[in-house]
Amino acid sequence: MASITLDKIGKIYSGGTRAVGDVSIDIADGEFIVLVGPSGCGKSTLLRMVAGLESISEGTVRIGDRVVNDMEPADRDIAMVFQNYALYPHMSVRQNLAYGLKNRRTPKAEIDRRVAQAAEILQIGPYLDRKPRALSGGQRQRVAMGRAIVREPAAFLFDEPLSNLDAKLRVTMRLEIKDLQRRLRTTSIYVTHDQLEAMTLADRLVVLNGGRIEQIGTPLEVYRKPASTFVAGFIGSPAMNLISNRAVPHLPGTAHAGTIGIRPEDLTPAPDGPIDMEILAVEELGAQRLVHGQTGGERLTVTLPSGVELPRTLRLAWRPGSLHLFQAESGRRID
Amino acid sequence: MKRTIFRNQLLPWLLLAPQLAITFVFFLWPAAQAIRQSFLRQDAFGINTTFVGLSNFKALWTSPEYLNSLQVTAVFAVSVTILSMGFSLLLAVAVDRMIRSTSVYTTLLVWPYAVAPAVAGILWWFIFNPTIGVMPYVLATVGYDWNHISSKTDAMILVVIASAWKQISYNFLFFVAGLQSIPASLREAAAIDGAGPVRRFFDITLPLLSPTTFFLLVVNIVYAMFDTFAVIDATTEGGPAQATNIMVYKVYFDGFVGQNMGSSAAQSVVLMLIVIALTVIQFRWVEKKVAY
Repeated sequence: MASITLDKIGKIYSGGTRAVGDVSIDIADGEFIVLVGPSGCGKSTLLRMVAGLESISEGTVRIGDRVVNDMEPADRDIAMVFQNYALYPHMSVRQNLAYGLKNRRTPKAEIDRRVAQAAEILQIGPYLDRKPRALSGGQRQRVAMGRAIVREPAAFLFDEPLSNLDAKLRVTMRLEIKDLQRRLRTTSIYVTHDQLEAMTLADRLVVLNGGRIEQIGTPLEVYRKPASTFVAGFIGSPAMNLISNRAVPHLPGTAHAGTIGIRPEDLTPAPDGPIDMEILAVEELGAQRLVHGQTGGERLTVTLPSGVELPRTLRLAWRPGSLHLFQAESGRRID
Repeated sequence: MKRTIFRNQLLPWLLLAPQLAITFVFFLWPAAQAIRQSFLRQDAFGINTTFVGLSNFKALWTSPEYLNSLQVTAVFAVSVTILSMGFSLLLAVAVDRMIRSTSVYTTLLVWPYAVAPAVAGILWWFIFNPTIGVMPYVLATVGYDWNHISSKTDAMILVVIASAWKQISYNFLFFVAGLQSIPASLREAAAIDGAGPVRRFFDITLPLLSPTTFFLLVVNIVYAMFDTFAVIDATTEGGPAQATNIMVYKVYFDGFVGQNMGSSAAQSVVLMLIVIALTVIQFRWVEKKVAY
């Protein structure tokens, strides 16, 4: 177990393209960090730099108290779970789990003990002598986790490990990963583009955009106080409404803001509300419905309870104190 | 797969006819002729033909020349296969590690495959020609007196190199495709699992390449045994002293030069059986045993 420190990390590819720039994160021992952002934001590159699968162009990476910039992946004392699991197809589950230990010349008895223990934790005991292709997606995912666990590494690195699973299994595995990490208390870095996965798993979130950090914070901090319009639009589902200040003239205290953010759940119907929304479309989710409309040329989404007859236009008010204000040019938050 | 039902019984046969005709005229007919002839003996002028049963075959197993040819063929086929596959795997691994200009490199490496075997033979014959060749000159500077006209070993080396060279392109293409179908994440996972480059190659890459390797093994043995006639003919003509007289060349030589049709036919029947055996192995094994 160890802390991980990224100090002004940058990645420039040989063609001169910059993938990651000026990323600094201090990860405490045992912390679960989620790197989240849209595809191409550099989150996987960042993870691969920590793993040693990509060279580090700028800055330093420390695992524990060692600078690992020039170390081979094997020497960094990390374990990685890949998106496609990367299980060795010609080896049985047992051999898959044992391979990393065998390469490190772990005594046979110790390998057997650790494999048995991992199999117990992940409930993959019955499949130990099967080949990966004879396993279901969820079982393969468990084996991939098992391969990381047996090594007892300083850190786990997860590269979108759930994105190949179906929606239902993803929710189950998400809980299992969280539970496992709580029990083992191993420092973890988890990459995902799914903001829900990020919110539910993370001790702290790192929101990335265009190779740079937009915000670092606990899921609730990021949700309650998004640092920029990008974070505001990315975290939370349905996404926060971001409307131009000019579109709604009657909001007090917003004169100096360029963009106003209101979460769909913070808007409620009110007969004398300041926002007049023309309804364009309705999505029924069962317990609630998402009502999409427009006001002053801006799109707006409201979360409303189901089962109420909707008029053609809605007058809306926001919950006091729920407005998010952002600067016009930079899109940064104004407090 | 979609099944088409023909109402007319004739139409499907008509559609198959061209292919069946070609197969019959160029493959089945000559094969049947060879089998028939292998049981016959003709006099020197082709006037009298007598049925001799298996005596052509029996004669083969007692002929020191034929047994020598078997041995030469084995040495030749194994050497060509090992050399061409080993070398092309090396090249393929190198290309797989390249980031840029991979396609240029690959295209260039494929060229030899377009060269006709006879031309390849002539090419290497010139390069290794004891009088005017480049290689003997180079070898002479390190004290080796190259002469494939008199030395059995040199002759064998020459035909092995010339034959393997042509096959390298083909093997290379399959190996590159095989390597590229192995997900990079497997090798990355192995790197994280503490396996160095050599270990990764033997533990991960090679086992996952085994279907390709086995396929190429059979293809290369078949190539070395049956498709190298032109190379031999253009370089050593089976000599010196039968040292490079592989089975397929001996069939030609005994039949068309020596005019011993019965023995030549018997030899080609033996070759036919070997091809059938290799094909069976190919289908039985490649499909089932080597898959992971």
